[in-house]
Amino acid sequence: MTGVVRAALWIAAKDLRIEWRTRTAFVSALAFAVLVLAVIFFSRDPTAVSAGAIAPGALWVTFVFATMLGLRRAFDVERERMAFDGLLLSPIPREAIFWGKWLGNLLFVASIEAVSLPVAFLFYDVAGWTRLPVIAGVILLATVAFVAVGTLVSAMTARTRHGELLLVLLLLPFLFPPAVAGVQITARLLEGRPLSEVMGWLKLIAAFDIVFLTLASLLFPATLDE
Amino acid sequence: MITTERATRVARIGFGITVLAVIALAGIYARALAYTPVERTQGLAQKIFYLHVPAAWATFLAFGIAGVLSLLYLWLKDRRIDLFAEASAEVGVVLATILLTTGPIWAKPIWGTWWTWDARLTSTLFLFLLFIGYLLLRGAVTDPGMRARFSAVVGVMGLALIPFIHLTVYLFRTQHPEPIVLRTDGPALPGVMLVTLLASFGVFTMLYVGLVMQRYALGALRDLRLEREAHAAG
Repeated sequence: MTGVVRAALWIAAKDLRIEWRTRTAFVSALAFAVLVLAVIFFSRDPTAVSAGAIAPGALWVTFVFATMLGLRRAFDVERERMAFDGLLLSPIPREAIFWGKWLGNLLFVASIEAVSLPVAFLFYDVAGWTRLPVIAGVILLATVAFVAVGTLVSAMTARTRHGELLLVLLLLPFLFPPAVAGVQITARLLEGRPLSEVMGWLKLIAAFDIVFLTLASLLFPATLDE
Repeated sequence: MITTERATRVARIGFGITVLAVIALAGIYARALAYTPVERTQGLAQKIFYLHVPAAWATFLAFGIAGVLSLLYLWLKDRRIDLFAEASAEVGVVLATILLTTGPIWAKPIWGTWWTWDARLTSTLFLFLLFIGYLLLRGAVTDPGMRARFSAVVGVMGLALIPFIHLTVYLFRTQHPEPIVLRTDGPALPGVMLVTLLASFGVFTMLYVGLVMQRYALGALRDLRLEREAHAAG
């Protein structure tokens, strides 16, 4: 087991090191997130709907889009000069590839969210700064699921034609349950309601995490060439 | 193994079943219009029921079978299972199109709206879109083994997703009840209507079987031709 963990950490570290050298994906995903936040701000009638009312939706739509944009990176880097074959040939367990990619993606997407969350609070003039840590926790919980499905799907679409289109089409239905739950929880928390009121939604995200993290890790070897 | 003769025979039987089903469908409609009483509150608009509900049955049958076959494929790795899943998914998309067009046509006069984000409607829409993605993914992969594995993965994931979408919309709606009241338990159907409905269920199942057999044979023949061409090219 420790072999899997060590290999997974090694893959995640490798991916993040590659990203850190150029920061192309990070900067573009972040700039994209800010753009989406700005566009959604204007997608309302300012005399009828306050910015605060659409802030939870705007936040989660931004995260969903930024996740999809960022996820391509993990397997795209492996395509160049057949790096993925090297990864498959290296003496590491197959499941370590999934967990390594998942961890690298999770840290990558979480870092984009960590920056765009306070930006969204500033842009939309949200009053609930004290709720920020709890909301960040919910976002992390949902991101676990986003990235689990995203890692599995992008492993496939990175090797198909029209991959970027297919990734979005196949991934979005899976992001729907955790994203809707996230919007509902964020909205309630920003209204100052207690956490107990959103337990149903929290359980939904937790169950989604467990089911899809398990499924994605089990199905991942089937996406690799034999 | 699959041979050209066998695939052609499957296609021919499938065609026969489809023709029979289409004729029977005309019969269902004759019965629904002439021999089944008009529903008291909904009037003639209710007649679409005999098309809509069986289409829903056949859609979920098709997608359910495609999902289960995906799981089976990952276990047994048999090419015929993959062909069957492909056929079932494609026929499912056609049936879902019938379902998603007859639904709004019925909903407008009865509910007063074309669409409502109810749990069943939303799940069906997502399922429909997911299987469109499934078919597009199949089209985007040229290697048959890879295509089968990739689409099986999506099929299994889709099977697990549907209950979550249902639950999401259910939680969403219980917190924001909509003005349109949906009956949770349908009225007990009078015997005559029930017979028409059940007959239509049978017809749609036949339609599914006939279309899937033809689509399966088509897929098998396509693969055989590709194999021959690859052989000829050396």
